[in-house]
Amino acid sequence: MGRGRGSLPDTVEGEIIVATYALTVNGRQAEVDVDPGTPLLWVLREHLKMTGTKYGCGIGACGACTVLVGGVATRSCLLPTSLVGNRSIATIETMASDPVGRVVQDAWVATDVVQCGYCQSGQIMTAVALLKTVRKPTDAQIEQSMGGNICRCGTYVRIRQAIARAAQQLG
Amino acid sequence: MTRAQKIVVAVASITAIPTATWPANAQSKRTDGLAAWQRVYSVLTHPRCINCHTATGYPQQGDDRHRHGFNVVRGQTGMGVPAFTCAACHQRVNADSTGVPGAPGWHLAPLSMQWQDTRDQTMSSGAVCKAVTDRSKNHNLDGASLLKHHEEEPLVLWAFQPGRGLDGSPRSVPPLTHAEFVAATRTWVEAGVPCPTR
Repeated sequence: MGRGRGSLPDTVEGEIIVATYALTVNGRQAEVDVDPGTPLLWVLREHLKMTGTKYGCGIGACGACTVLVGGVATRSCLLPTSLVGNRSIATIETMASDPVGRVVQDAWVATDVVQCGYCQSGQIMTAVALLKTVRKPTDAQIEQSMGGNICRCGTYVRIRQAIARAAQQLG
Repeated sequence: MTRAQKIVVAVASITAIPTATWPANAQSKRTDGLAAWQRVYSVLTHPRCINCHTATGYPQQGDDRHRHGFNVVRGQTGMGVPAFTCAACHQRVNADSTGVPGAPGWHLAPLSMQWQDTRDQTMSSGAVCKAVTDRSKNHNLDGASLLKHHEEEPLVLWAFQPGRGLDGSPRSVPPLTHAEFVAATRTWVEAGVPCPTR
């Protein structure tokens, strides 16, 4: 069986081609044996049992599955594991220990953003990516950057308030 | 024949050859160049190309060139906005298992390279040609650089190998192969990048 990051599939289990991928998730090494086309979302949830990242639509339309890949907010439902490469992955599970993530989560609590909560890990991951890139985003930047994250409860106003609060906290 | 007569005949024969054939050759080359441009234009206006050469703040998708879903926006660099970039979904290669097209540096063409109007109507052959050859709009590319762009630019190459969609069916490709596209571009460039009037 191939080893190392992104090794080519060289094992056949029945008719399913499986390859071994060494991933760095939240600073820890993890090795998984999966079909190369398996979306990262399912590796996180099923193989690594990190269920904070949610399945919403499966086509990148809702943003619930957003994680950071190489620091870039990425739809994990659309990213085949074979294309992760050497990029580090950060999920909602590590945000409490991330300097920006911690501030964003605190702002989320202080603003009482959450209703059902299903989309919120994706919302927070996108907000963190935004504030890591732009410390003082304008309303338009917040609006556009969060535009791909859907919330069926309609918590949009509080999400934007929380981001503004976090930006203020981060100075 | 006197010496003077010989000189006259000699000069006349020297000047007669180019003056008789050069305009015809030039006209023929221009005609060939314009015909080649029409072939280039047929590729540039195919959805695989023109979907990212919009005049608006967003790209298009599909053969019907509908507005890109998911509230995707152009952003200042054509790569989306800070936390919602093209790279949120588009990787360096096609992701056929999830139906997402990809190539290195996925981005929208700059507004100066729009090949459609703000109502999403494809611009005329002459208008696209004028934009493509306007060095104040095309990153200062001369004919040779335009040819190189068509030969090597990853996003151009992608258009001819666009992968499969979400339903597993292959995306449609431009009416020419990449080799035919480059050959047509070369003919057009060698003719001096002529543009049709309309």
